[in-house]
Amino acid sequence: MSPKLFISITSFLITIVILAGASLAVEPDEILSDPELELRAREISADVRCVVCQNEPIDSSNSGVARDLRILIRERLSAGDSDAEVLDFLVKRYGDFVLFKPPLKYTTYVLWFSPVIFLFFGTLILFRVFKRAALISEQKDNSIIHKNKTSTHANLEE
Amino acid sequence: MRRFLFFIPLIISLIIGLFSIWSLLSGRDPASIPSALVNNKVPEFQLGPIPGINLMGLSNEDISKSQKITVLNFFASWCIPCSAEHSSLKKLALKEDIFLVGVNYKDTAKDASEWLNKLGNPYVRTGFDSSGRIGIEWGISGVPETFIIDKNGIILNRFSGPLLDVQFEEFEKTLMGHLNES
Repeated sequence: MSPKLFISITSFLITIVILAGASLAVEPDEILSDPELELRAREISADVRCVVCQNEPIDSSNSGVARDLRILIRERLSAGDSDAEVLDFLVKRYGDFVLFKPPLKYTTYVLWFSPVIFLFFGTLILFRVFKRAALISEQKDNSIIHKNKTSTHANLEE
Repeated sequence: MRRFLFFIPLIISLIIGLFSIWSLLSGRDPASIPSALVNNKVPEFQLGPIPGINLMGLSNEDISKSQKITVLNFFASWCIPCSAEHSSLKKLALKEDIFLVGVNYKDTAKDASEWLNKLGNPYVRTGFDSSGRIGIEWGISGVPETFIIDKNGIILNRFSGPLLDVQFEEFEKTLMGHLNES
């Protein structure tokens, strides 16, 4: 393949990938004229779960409620709300459920800390297993050396 | 001690197994979303009436001043489950000790009034929420959804989906419980 052909094919593929990313649910009439606010709106709506199709963020969901919430987020941002205020507004109405990243509070301690606890105990068990394996092989080595020694002695005596 | 370690996998699989059996038998629905509004005051809102229908609109003050337990039903003419549960609402309309009101969600005035004229109107008041903005205020994810609200305007329960068969029985049981308490 000539380098020229290779470059043109690669750039074509890259363009396709970029365009595929752009084909989301956000409709042109929703988009804010201020690119900075629009970017914040996109970031927020990527973190908010759609209440109808629950495995999708509202940013890529085509459901009516998701569209309403996207528009609402943009309204609140235009009115001067901070990102945290917008999320708080949604949580007040739909609960923590709408957040893809659950907040840290006493009902979610198990969720947040159990991986650390499992890691701790897992490492502990691994250490013990390795230590024991090392100990056993050491004992074996010793006994083999011992055996060899005795056998050589025996050979000498013969 | 080492004997005990041999049983750990068995114990873990037993725990997982019991959890699975419980999940199947308890009727727990992991897809159902708990309402964030239960135990809170009704959100502030004010909705005009459905044009073309001889019924007053609805606001949060109407609910808190009603002196009765309120049943608030979100409905739409385009929503098939709403037509299905309509007979249940008509049954509820016969109870004099509740304040049965509706919010017409994302509908047109023409469709909504035709729908109510055809099926009959069970509501004392109906708000017209054509944009769906008040629906968000109530945290609804679709229609139908039904709320039970106490005399002081505190939301007691939310039922999502049509009030039919088992759900209607459960709804009535819950409602009767609240009525007997007050």
